[in-house]
This record gives sequence, C-alpha cells and structure tokens, in this order.
Amino acid sequence: MVPQDLLYTESHEWVKVEDGTARVGITDYAQKKLGDVVYVELPDVGKKVKRGDVVVTVESVKAAESVYAPLSGEVAEVNRELISSPGIINQDPYGKGWLIVIKLEDRGELEGLLDPAAYGKLVGE
Amino acid sequence: MEYIPHTPADIERMLRAVGVEDIEDLFSDIPAEIRGRYEPLGLEPSPEPEVRRELERLAARNRRLVPFVGLGLYDHYIPAVVNELASRSEFYTAYTPYQAEISQGTLTWMFEYQTMICELTGMEVANASMYDGGTALAEAILMARRAVGGDKVLIPRSLNPFHREVVETYCRGAGIGVVEVPYDEEGRLALADVPPGTAALVVQQPNGLGIIEDLRGLKERLGDAFLIVSVYPIALGVLEPPGSFGADIVVGEGQPLGNPLSFGGPLLGIFATRREYVRMMPGRVSGRTVDAGGKEGYVMTLQTREQHIRRERATSNICTNSALCALRATIYLAALGPEGLRRVALLCLERAHDLAEDIREIPGFELALNGPFFNEFAVRCPDPERTVEKLYRRGFAVAPPKVAERMGLPDAFLVAVTEKRSEAELVGFLETLRG
Amino acid sequence: MGTIYHRGKRGRRATSWPETVRPPEELLAYIPEEARRKGLPWLPEVSQVELVRHYTALSRMNYGVDTGFYPLGSCTMKYNPKLHEELARHPGFADLHPLFPEEAVQGILELLWRLGALLKGIAGMPGITLQPAAGAHGELTGMLLIKRYFEARGELERRKVILLPDSAHGTNPASAAMAGFKVVPIPSNEHGTVDLRALEERLSEEVAGIMLTVPNTLGIFERDILRITEMVHEVGGLCYFDGANLNAFLGRARPGDMGADIFHFNLHKTFSTPHGGGGPGAGPLAVSEPLLPYLPVPRIVKEGDRFRLAYDLPESIGRVHPFFGNVLVMMKALAYILTLGDEGLREVSAGAVLAANYLRVRLRDVYAVPYDGLCKHEFVASTANLGVKARDVAKRLIDYGFHPPTVYFPLIVEEALMVEPTETEPLETLDAFVEAMRRIAAEARENPALLAEAPHKAPVRRLDEVKAAREPVLRENPPVSPG
Repeated sequence: MVPQDLLYTESHEWVKVEDGTARVGITDYAQKKLGDVVYVELPDVGKKVKRGDVVVTVESVKAAESVYAPLSGEVAEVNRELISSPGIINQDPYGKGWLIVIKLEDRGELEGLLDPAAYGKLVGE
Repeated sequence: MEYIPHTPADIERMLRAVGVEDIEDLFSDIPAEIRGRYEPLGLEPSPEPEVRRELERLAARNRRLVPFVGLGLYDHYIPAVVNELASRSEFYTAYTPYQAEISQGTLTWMFEYQTMICELTGMEVANASMYDGGTALAEAILMARRAVGGDKVLIPRSLNPFHREVVETYCRGAGIGVVEVPYDEEGRLALADVPPGTAALVVQQPNGLGIIEDLRGLKERLGDAFLIVSVYPIALGVLEPPGSFGADIVVGEGQPLGNPLSFGGPLLGIFATRREYVRMMPGRVSGRTVDAGGKEGYVMTLQTREQHIRRERATSNICTNSALCALRATIYLAALGPEGLRRVALLCLERAHDLAEDIREIPGFELALNGPFFNEFAVRCPDPERTVEKLYRRGFAVAPPKVAERMGLPDAFLVAVTEKRSEAELVGFLETLRG
Repeated sequence: MGTIYHRGKRGRRATSWPETVRPPEELLAYIPEEARRKGLPWLPEVSQVELVRHYTALSRMNYGVDTGFYPLGSCTMKYNPKLHEELARHPGFADLHPLFPEEAVQGILELLWRLGALLKGIAGMPGITLQPAAGAHGELTGMLLIKRYFEARGELERRKVILLPDSAHGTNPASAAMAGFKVVPIPSNEHGTVDLRALEERLSEEVAGIMLTVPNTLGIFERDILRITEMVHEVGGLCYFDGANLNAFLGRARPGDMGADIFHFNLHKTFSTPHGGGGPGAGPLAVSEPLLPYLPVPRIVKEGDRFRLAYDLPESIGRVHPFFGNVLVMMKALAYILTLGDEGLREVSAGAVLAANYLRVRLRDVYAVPYDGLCKHEFVASTANLGVKARDVAKRLIDYGFHPPTVYFPLIVEEALMVEPTETEPLETLDAFVEAMRRIAAEARENPALLAEAPHKAPVRRLDEVKAAREPVLRENPPVSPG
C-alpha cells in the first residue's frame, strides 16, 4: 500500500511536506527492489541541492543507487542513525528509514511531484 | 592439437546438433569482406619439445648477472616452500573468487594477506593487490584527490624514477599537476611549504636514492592533504611503519616478498589506508562473515566501490590484479614470521653497510649522500660509466648512472645489497671496483 | 577453517636464515632512532609442515580449471598448459632484473619483440605496446592515447564523449571516466547489437570515440561493425575494441580490418595464461597508424639480430608500467602461439564457437535464450522463464561439480547466465553440463528449496554478504597480550 499522506517521484523517492521543509526517503518499492541496504552515503547538513541532483547514495551488496533530490533547497537534517543501522530503510522505509530533510526553496516545485494514486499506478498497486 | 579435445566425430555431432554443415558456417555472421582480408602469420604449429627448445634458447640468450640493483625490485632469497605451494594449480587456475563457496582458498589467503600488509605498514585496511608499486602510487594520488580535492601532488625529486613516470602519465590523464620537492645534502626530503590546492604529499621510504626519510611532523604540516608513503616492504622489518606517522595511504612494490624479479613483471602493488577511507579505496577486498549454517567464511565485500557495479563512478577501473603474486607474498611472510622478517632485514642492513664501508676505502670512491640508508646507496667515483661497464663485464649489475641522474644526482650509480649476496659475490664486486 | 594466524605457536618457524655477524643492536644503530621499528609486526609463527598443510588445505577449498569445467562467460577459462608453468620458473627468465643492460637481456627482448610482432599480425594493426598489466589497464592506456591524439590535434577541448553500448563490461565506463571522458550509453536493438539509429543520434564532433566489445557481451557479432566504425570515423572519432572476446574469431578476422584504432588483448583469456585467482594478467594494446607517435615508451626495436630499447617518441603518453609489463605472462602467451601456429589459432575459435553453439541449442528448450541465433564463443541464457533466480541455478551447479557461469551480466538480460565453454572441454564434459542444467531446471519446478539452499556439497554454505558489507571485518586482529 502506498501511504496516502505523501508525495512521490518517478525515481521512487517519497516526500513529506512539514511547514517549509520536506522529509525525504525511498519508497517501499525501491527498498524491495534494492534488497538489504548495507550502506548509506549522506550529504553534509547545509549543502545546497537542486531538484534532480544526486543527494544520497543507498547501497546494497550488489548495487549503488542514487537518490535524487525531489525538491531544491538546503539540507537541514540527515538521518545519522542510518550510518550504523542502514537496515532501518528496509524495515521502515516511510518512517524511521527517512534519509534527509530539505528546507524548501520553491514550494512551486511541489506541483511536479506525483500524488499517491499516480505513484501507486506507476508501481502497479 | 593437444589442448583441444574435439575428435572429427565429436565435431560432426556438434555441427549436426547446431544444424550447420561445416565449421565455416559458424562464422557467417562476420562480414565476408572482413574474413577475406585475413592474412595468416605464416607460422607452422610446433610440438611441445620444439616449443620448449625455442623458449630455452631465448632464456639462454640472457646473461644472468649478479644483481646489485634494486629500484623497487630486489633479489631476495625465495624459500622453496613458497614456490611449491604457490604452484598448486587449484590456486593458479582459479578465477577471481566471485563464487565464494568454491573459492574459500583464495578468499582466506586474501584475508591473511590484508592482515599482514596492515601489520607491516601500520595501517587499518589493505586491499587484495594492485598491479605494481608504480600504478598503486598513481591510484593513491587519484584517491587522495577524491577524498580532499585539490589539483596538485607533491612528489620528491628522489622518488623512484620508474614510479614517477607512471605517476606522471596518470596525473596528466587526470589533470593533476606534479610539483617536485627537493632533497637536502643528506638526500632527505626538504619540504619547504605546502602550496594551496595540494591533494597529497608523496614520500618514499627509503627513497629512490636509498635514504631513510624522517617522517615525523609531515602529516601535521599537510592539513587536510593526504600523506602517501611508498614503502619497500622488507625494510619494514626494521623501519617504523608509516601508519605511526599518520600516513593516510601506504603503497609499495611487493615483489620483494617472495616474488622473482621476472624482468619487471608480474609485480605486486601494495595498497593500504585508514579505515575511514575504505569506501574510497580501489581494488578488491575479502571480508569475514558466516554461512547459512553459522560457519565462518569469507567473501569479496564492499564491491559497490568497484567497476562492475558502479561503472563510471567506480573508485578505479581495476579488475584483474596481482592475486598470485599476493599469494606468494602471503606464504613468504608466513614462512618468515616476525623474527625471520627482521633477520632478513638485518642481513640486508649489515651486508649493505659492510660493502659501503669497503667501497668508501677505495681511493676515488665515496658515497654520494651521507644520509642514513637501508640496503641501497649511491656511489660516486671518477668515471661511473666505465666502472659500471667493468662491473657488467665481470658479471655484476648495478643501476646505471642515468638512473641516479634522473633523481638529480649526477656521476653516481646505485648499489643494492640483499641477504642473498654471498661472501664470494661481495668480494668479487669489491675487487672489480678496486681493480 | 581458520586462517594461518590460528596455526602454530610462539617461537615456531618455517624457514631458517644465516646469523648476522654483528649483534642486531649494532646494526639497528644505522637507522636513526625515530625511524627504527619499535615492535615486530604480528605475523604467523608456524613450522614448515603446518605452513604446507594450511595452504594445501586452502587450495583444496578452491575450484580451478584443473578441478573441472569452468564456463564463466566473458572470462575464457580455458586450459592452462603445463609447459608454460615450467618455463616460467626458468632462471633465464625469472631471475632477470629489468635494469640489467640490454646486452644481458637479448633473449627476453627478442621474446617481447616477437610476441609484439605476432600480436600485431593477429590484430592486423601496425603498432603495439606490451606494458598494460591487465585488460582494464589496457583500456586506460587506450583512453590516454585517444586523449593525447586529440590534444595533438588541438581538439581536446571539445572531444569529451566516449560512446558505450549498454551491454559493456564495467571496466569500460570506469576506464573512460578515469581519463576524464564523459560516458554516453548507446542502447542495444532487438538483436542485442548496437542500434545504428541511436548511434547516429549521438554522433557529433564532441565524440572522442566509441568502445566496443567484439563480439559483444551477449556473444553476438556486430554485423554492422564496418558501418559503425565508419560512422564514428566520419565525425573524427576513434574506435576502441575491447578484446576480451577474441577467442570468438582468433585466426579468422582481424580488428584492424573492422576499423579498430585500438585493440586490447587479454593474454590471460585468449592466450591460455592462468588467471591466478584474480591475476596477474596482461593487456597488450595494438594501435592503428595515427596513434603510433603516442605509444608508451620504451619501444623494443630490432636491428639486425640485436634488440634495443628506444625512447624515441617525444609525443608519447609516457609509461603506464614501471618496466615492460607482465613479462612472464607474455612468455606463456608466446609459447602458446608458437604451439598453435596459424592452424591452431583457427582451431581455437572453431572449437570455442562450436562448443558455445552446441550448449546453446541443447539448453534453449529448457532455459530462455533471449537473443537466440548463431552466437560466437558464448551465449546468454536466462532463468526468468523458470521463475527461479540465476543465482540459485548457479549455486546448484556447484553441487553437480561445475563452476557456475557468469550471473547477472550483461545487465540488459534479466536473470542472466552467461555461458562460455571455451574450446578445451571434451564433448563428454559439455554433455554432462547439459544434463546437470536440465536436471536443475526440473528441480526448480519440483523442489525449488533445493536450489535456494544450494550449494549443499561445497566447503561452506551460502555466505552472508549483507553481514560482510554492513560490519566489514577485513583483517585478523592480534590477541590482546595478557598483562
């Protein structure tokens, strides 16, 4: 089931808008496709990102997948718990497995994201 | 053909199964125009006794001089047990250990090798080998730039000139500038300042002229830039490991660890770094884990760094490495143990210093540099070209004067002495110089 | 089984060495105090018999070509002749220092020169360098040559792009990136070959070159190869051929006649030198006329019956290896070519292609073969039609006594099994492999758990790679000494 309170990208990131910021993670579909996450490469807090930039790399044993910034802005928080326990992404992709929080630059960019119905359709749910 | 077992009947059966008339039909997808242009080599097949005779003729056309020459490759004694064990074909006819369950032999010795290299160099992690000491150094510089940025690398004037040439080729390709650091009258590194944009300082221990460097305080002067130390592994039996001086990467030529000179190849590139940089490190690594039944075993790990997964974003393009040479190094170090390694290093130290002492007493001869050395030193004399020629004629090889000259030391030739040089060879060498 | 560190005891030794004449303290005084090693490295302390038993036991946990069939796609795991191993130990080769004077090493220079000449003939190209130590090293050297070529023409600023089919081996993009090029992929068409329209769209004056594997990693020969190289040449680009798959057309066709500007050999694949558990290999590079001035130095030059080293290329990219490359590997390759002669070279490709096609037709009714049709020295099957993972089939093959094929490569085939039998396997072995593969397909339907838990007969069961990557343990740690 695709959570109904989030927005999505075609590259399988989810976005949760919380006043001026957006929490970002990868979807359940993405984590399953990737398999057991063994390592996460997080950006520094304060880094400026443009929509579409590679902002995080999530690795399994046999793949290194890029996570793209769904929105432009500044990295306000990173989930440091993932450094020692990357498996959280597999266990709870929409909750404790969040990756970063971005301070939004342009709320207009939210228009470009997929709603739950559209994303559900994309992944065949 | 002794290497192709297909009989005419076998070929017939396979052709029939495939549904073609004859072998040539299997190549019909290669444009006829291309096949038509093929020109044979004009080479008849040869049976084994003839191939052996021809290769032995080529071997006999070489003169086995007594090596008093080093520059990264040293003539150390190789215990019989190293040759014997490394010749087991389960080792040498295996591929890279991608199928871990039937590659535990390779994966286990890789893990042992990594441990031994860490112990020798004082570093926290080591890869399972690079091609040679020169390319290992070049890759270390590329890694330093990935880690700290910058656009230049500081290279000692006394760096092994053959490694330096490889480094320059790689750096030109990668757009990294090479800045030379001079040495003082003792032959030791004279680092004045560290220019902005420096990705790394390279130090060779002992350096290309044989001199033992003082590694103290270098890392502190570099700031974020990497300290890369290139080592002679046998010397680490008596020299403090670079890890103790804050080195970020240690590389080196591993041939002296149980590998023959082989006219300079195959060689063994040593590569070790600190744990925090392990994900930037090039090359394969073996890691310990457990199997489905909880039994200990080994796998290639951290593979997402490598080209077959990360492709153009990989830490390096390296795939095939120098595994068999690393196996020889592993067996060699296990055969020596800590005491054996120290003994070999002490024997090198003793024989080299005794010989240097004796050379110094020959009228007109002196050591070109007065810094401390391990087993290699530069000799200055009135006519070095002629002296080297004379040595060759008597069956002794030293590094020709042009090698020292490339490190800024004119009119000198380099002499290396290992524990393998016998009393008779040392006496003969001296007499040639005297005569 | 534990490592060598779990064997032995303090004070044991496997080798003996002469005493020094003077006491160690006196000798250590030659080293300045700050540089003197404080403690000894932690190394194993074992007797010789323990050492021998340990590495003998390890060797028995390995699988090599000498153990059995090794149909590892794109790796050409052919038989490694024993004559070569014996010759490699000859002191007339093994005990030569690369800084011996030319006069003392005429035999080895002759050997290298002859191998170079033969490889040029096999490639149909006028230039050669033997320095690269492996295929990927050859690729990097090739990329540096391309860079130098455009630099000399004043075009380096705009020639930024290397085109690469999506079926390419990972070393190709990594090598191009190391030389500072931007990699642009070209999709494959429904035949698994380069899509000419897609190629056309990507061609421009920004293209420095294309890297092709011939035949490609699906084992398919690019029928349009002449058109492809012509198109790249038309925009001023150069054509790099990855020679990993030379076994497919050895002695029958030459890259030089296909439009190649650079071609790397893998001596450890095509020319029977052993893989050594991962190396050393050798990756000599043949080049076309326009690239001759940029080859690495030194070159080996023949003058009458003498051989010398020449440093006469002022435009050279420089050295890529400290000395002459992996000479002992080259010695084995020369012995192999001399053994084969022209006739043998043709027999190699005939045997390799015949065996691959034989396996393809005998397996295609059970396993999917997505690009079915005449293949060269290898083909790619898929387990997707059986609903099982390629990995599980591979692991189950181990129980049948075979080394698995390459899995999950090329990336464009789902659940890929890439099978390369080589020419050195008896028909009975090929048949036994077919039999095993067919039985495994049946097991996949009847008892998939048997596959999922395989191997059952290897020294260890499936290993936990996730644990290895999450908590990397990359070395033994010394015991904490009591007190």
